[in-house]
Amino acid sequence: MGREKGMSCRTAWGVAFALGVGLAAPAESATVYVSNEKDNSITIIDTETDTVIDTVPVGQRPRGLIMSADNTQLYICASDDNRVEVMDVETRKIIHYLPSGPDPELFVLHPDGRTLFIANEDDNMVTIVDVEDRTVIDEIPVGVEPEGMGLSKDGKVLVNTSETTNMAHFIDTETLEIFDNVLVDTRPRVALFSADGSQVWVSAEVGGTVRVLDAETRELIKKIDFEISGVNDEAIQPVGIGLTRDGKYAFVALGPANRVAVIDARKLEVVKYLLVGQRVWQLAFTPDEKKLYATNGVSSDVSVIDVEKLKVIKSIPAGRFPWGIVVKP
Amino acid sequence: MTRFLAAVCVLLVAGAVLASPSVWREATAGEPEERAGQNREPAGQGAERKGETRSPTAKSDVGTVNIAILLQEMAQPVALKELDVFYTDVGVQGARLGVEDNNTTGRFTNQAFELREVTVPIGGDTVAAFKELVADGSQHIITIRLPADDILRLADLPEAKDVMIYNASAQDDRLRNDDCRANVVHLIPSRAMLADALAQYLVKKRWKRWFLVIGNEAEDPLYAEAIRRAAKRFGGKIVEERAWEYSTADVRRTAQAEIPIFTQGVKHQILIVADEVGWFGDYLIYRTWDPRPVAGTQGLMPTAWHHTHERWGSVQMQKRFRRIAGRPMTTIDYAAWIAVRAIGEGATRTNSVEFGKIKDYMLGPEFRVAAFKGVGVSFRSWNQQLRMRILLAEPKSVVSVSPQVGFLHPVSEMDTLGYDAPETACEFE
Repeated sequence: MGREKGMSCRTAWGVAFALGVGLAAPAESATVYVSNEKDNSITIIDTETDTVIDTVPVGQRPRGLIMSADNTQLYICASDDNRVEVMDVETRKIIHYLPSGPDPELFVLHPDGRTLFIANEDDNMVTIVDVEDRTVIDEIPVGVEPEGMGLSKDGKVLVNTSETTNMAHFIDTETLEIFDNVLVDTRPRVALFSADGSQVWVSAEVGGTVRVLDAETRELIKKIDFEISGVNDEAIQPVGIGLTRDGKYAFVALGPANRVAVIDARKLEVVKYLLVGQRVWQLAFTPDEKKLYATNGVSSDVSVIDVEKLKVIKSIPAGRFPWGIVVKP
Repeated sequence: MTRFLAAVCVLLVAGAVLASPSVWREATAGEPEERAGQNREPAGQGAERKGETRSPTAKSDVGTVNIAILLQEMAQPVALKELDVFYTDVGVQGARLGVEDNNTTGRFTNQAFELREVTVPIGGDTVAAFKELVADGSQHIITIRLPADDILRLADLPEAKDVMIYNASAQDDRLRNDDCRANVVHLIPSRAMLADALAQYLVKKRWKRWFLVIGNEAEDPLYAEAIRRAAKRFGGKIVEERAWEYSTADVRRTAQAEIPIFTQGVKHQILIVADEVGWFGDYLIYRTWDPRPVAGTQGLMPTAWHHTHERWGSVQMQKRFRRIAGRPMTTIDYAAWIAVRAIGEGATRTNSVEFGKIKDYMLGPEFRVAAFKGVGVSFRSWNQQLRMRILLAEPKSVVSVSPQVGFLHPVSEMDTLGYDAPETACEFE
């Protein structure tokens, strides 16, 4: 009872916070943006209170989300509108659109803060956009249904995965040439460089695996399989990946298995499965990496994971089919 | 002979030299020797690479896989709905999309896929057309709208020895049992799979009292038989069976008067209709004596694909298909697409365009194709039927997907649909 009361106080505080002083948030507070794929909206969550502070309508079928380099703008892949929408995070209004090529799904921003690499799921292309000039610079033909987009820290190597071709394409971002194609497991969804840049992690939704590749040689370091008692193998569909900066943990969202796998990132072994909402999809850490947020598409909520305790501490209702997620410091 | 080939066209979308990369490999540990000498220039020399990989040398390394599609024309059924669109290119459009997809991947693997399309007119000689394709070097042959007997006729030809026939439209269970052939794979679900998919859902809903109405066409008793088998397997009860009596009558204007009488006096929870052509099934809906739903070949339909299917990434598949075909994707298009993708997957994973290698991989335990069903599809070893989830759809929505949760299987829950290994009557020579 006391706990419930405490929660509601915090909720009230959260609302007051949002209404009054939200724009002058203290440094430690971060903001989570969640794209609701079937609701055409963005749910905004405050990480201090873990409550929803706003829901903002956006374009059709919003999926991938990232922040601008200066964290003042939110880039939104509006897949069914075939464009990237740019939201001013202060006013929470869409201020302009960026061209994206058809059906943008996931994207990454080059460290130059200007060059955006967008996977066009419908078009077998990676489109490169200048976010200042708002123009398409170039296109790179890749495999069928490109999706996952991982960029090395120095911005030199882009890894794109294609879901039907089942490859990770390694692209030189200076020459825009593919210099290697690595066959991975069926329906690869996400590619992510480790914080030290030495590894590339690739999840395969239908293959049910995560492959850890050596970023330099592109050789396989390890293929990680998942096994959950009481859950059919066919329900284990790895999608979102989160890697801690200290190289200690990897988190993998397992889709309809309704679990986030915790992996010892040094031993590359699964240590735990955390029960979250239904069809867990994408993951994002708070800047201090104390909390991890996971979007649950079918149950329309966001799970909050305590990274130190490896426990799910809260579920926050979002819109219909939460998909993408990003945290603004 | 060629006069029977109304249309023979070759689509070559090789594209192997369109893109820069000529390097690919599988990220598996322990075969470093294969990778020696592959493209390993440090980043920054991309400009040189660009020249290299677009040179004609790369072109000559391209291996080509020929895929043929053999379509038997059929008369538009004189069913009740003249306003329904009858597609003459079913399957062909699905195969074209599959070839396009394979060639996109082929750019990275130096493999090209070529589609030969052959349409045999009504009364035409499919055997002659088949022989011509084989003589021309085709070993992967997709068959569309070929009846079971014709498929067997082709499969048993001496010319078919080193050929794989991809059945993308015949649903007959006998092709998966007594009449199975080692050189035939089935991309389309059998009637037993469809009936089982429906039965699981009905049992789960506890709608167990079924009223079976059977049409007069040759296939309708086969569909009815699959429903009877499903009732036995999953605990449904067929409380009444009635043959459609108005075999020659057009009930369009009389349905409201006739159908209540036809369906009167049966204590059932759901009416299951077997009317594959669509003579009358749609006219049962909302006209039964008792207010009961209709399922089967009309109403709530078990099907491999549906134009409103949007789960598991299928929206973009639906869109891609509409873009090339200008119409919605049908189940046969879906089956033909999987056939081509299966061949492509075999070629990619074995790094070979050789028929034998592709076939062995495709039928082997490692094989999986992502086919917008959440779980990969693969072939059952005992009868070479593709295992897949089955949709239960009504005209504007997918109602459910089978296998239903709770129908367990030691290997794959998808094998609760259709003839499982212990039940099969298939023996490959």
